[in-house]
Amino acid sequence: MVQKLDTLQETPSQTAGPYVHIGLMPTYAGNAGYYDEEIGISPLAGDVAGEVIEVVGSVYDGTAWAMRDALIESWQCDAKGVFPGHEGADPNFTGHCRFAANAENGEFTLRTVKPGAYKGRGGVENAPHISLWIVARGINIGLNTRIYFEDEDNDSDPLLNRIEQHPRVQTLIAKKTGYGKYRFDIRLQGEGETVFLDL
Amino acid sequence: MTDFITQDQGPLIPRNRALHPAPYDPGYKTSVSRSPSLPLLSMESSLSEETGPTFGHNKFGALDNNLILNWSKGAAPAVGERILVHGRVVDENNRPVPNTLVEIWQANAGGRYRHKKDTYFAPLDPNFGGCGRTITDENGYYEFLTIRPGAYPWPNRGNDWRPMHIHVAIYGHSFGQRLISQMYFEGDPLIDHCPIAATIKDRAQLDRLVAPLDFAKSRPLDFLAYKFDIVLRGRRQTMFENKMEGM
Repeated sequence: MVQKLDTLQETPSQTAGPYVHIGLMPTYAGNAGYYDEEIGISPLAGDVAGEVIEVVGSVYDGTAWAMRDALIESWQCDAKGVFPGHEGADPNFTGHCRFAANAENGEFTLRTVKPGAYKGRGGVENAPHISLWIVARGINIGLNTRIYFEDEDNDSDPLLNRIEQHPRVQTLIAKKTGYGKYRFDIRLQGEGETVFLDL
Repeated sequence: MTDFITQDQGPLIPRNRALHPAPYDPGYKTSVSRSPSLPLLSMESSLSEETGPTFGHNKFGALDNNLILNWSKGAAPAVGERILVHGRVVDENNRPVPNTLVEIWQANAGGRYRHKKDTYFAPLDPNFGGCGRTITDENGYYEFLTIRPGAYPWPNRGNDWRPMHIHVAIYGHSFGQRLISQMYFEGDPLIDHCPIAATIKDRAQLDRLVAPLDFAKSRPLDFLAYKFDIVLRGRRQTMFENKMEGM
């Protein structure tokens, strides 16, 4: 017998299931007023610095059907590239939002601040991006991906540069559709499959 | 709190995906068209994964972790077997995860969810909403008072049933630790028949989701208790983490 390790193993994931909304977004599930204050309604907690943007999109399954039940959480830094909780962060920005596909047409809307670039480990500049975590019935472990922006300089981003097949980079880049408006579609499987992350 | 801050720095230990269900599992039919077919892009975590939302500033109600009373705002108790679900959130380094949000949701005693999409003919309980939330204490402990959820049938193969289960969502202290899982109950025969439970192929891993009956925490003439501990991803902690670039 070799020596024993002291480290533990992560608890295994299980699907969030079709009723995830009652747990995380009670108002969306038809249970408004369950809590005094619902979590993740908006990352904007007051007057925020920077540009407020709207990202609209859908989550498509492998048959190109826009899923009606997808739930997404986002996490990002503020307009200056500072993460909430860190020194100098915008006090009116929480960085976190929960949003869901519309039950009628499958479209979601994320209203937030456009994030700034930030310097990561080793001084490497990360292009502005929003991290996403997607759950739904049939998704056995939450899927991580990122939203980048077509009107930003993404050339030196360390993550985008790790994507071997260059056309796949486009699956992580939101397209500008108007002033402060972007389109970002997520494809779980098949043609145009989104790059999902293991970070 | 210095130790707490140190614990929350540095890269996350890469996720061991062999412990988790595979995204594609034909026994669970919905996963077939909802699973990526291309490999995930694996990289070391960055600030985006090593930071995460905090909820200390949010307003929590006194009944938020009491599902027996929180839907009726304390007016009348829910129907069902009263149970306490308690446990501890730790990370892979076996350090407690304090001040983190734990959220749960579940069916009522008849196996029906209070969700506009649930059409099962077991009736709704007017005094049961089915969700709760709490923040772990300084040692990572949490508690919920609730009722034992009912098993229920679901459309998959010809005759599939979900075992009694409670959904659990946890943040940890960083977005990369985010996890959703399900707690099952010791002794439930339906666990062995459930295609969702069976997405975890290693029985020893599945057993980690089965909460044992905990008589020591049960309150006589009031409730039974079940213990459910949760392990989140940890941080790499070696003396070489802060080495200068290129050395």
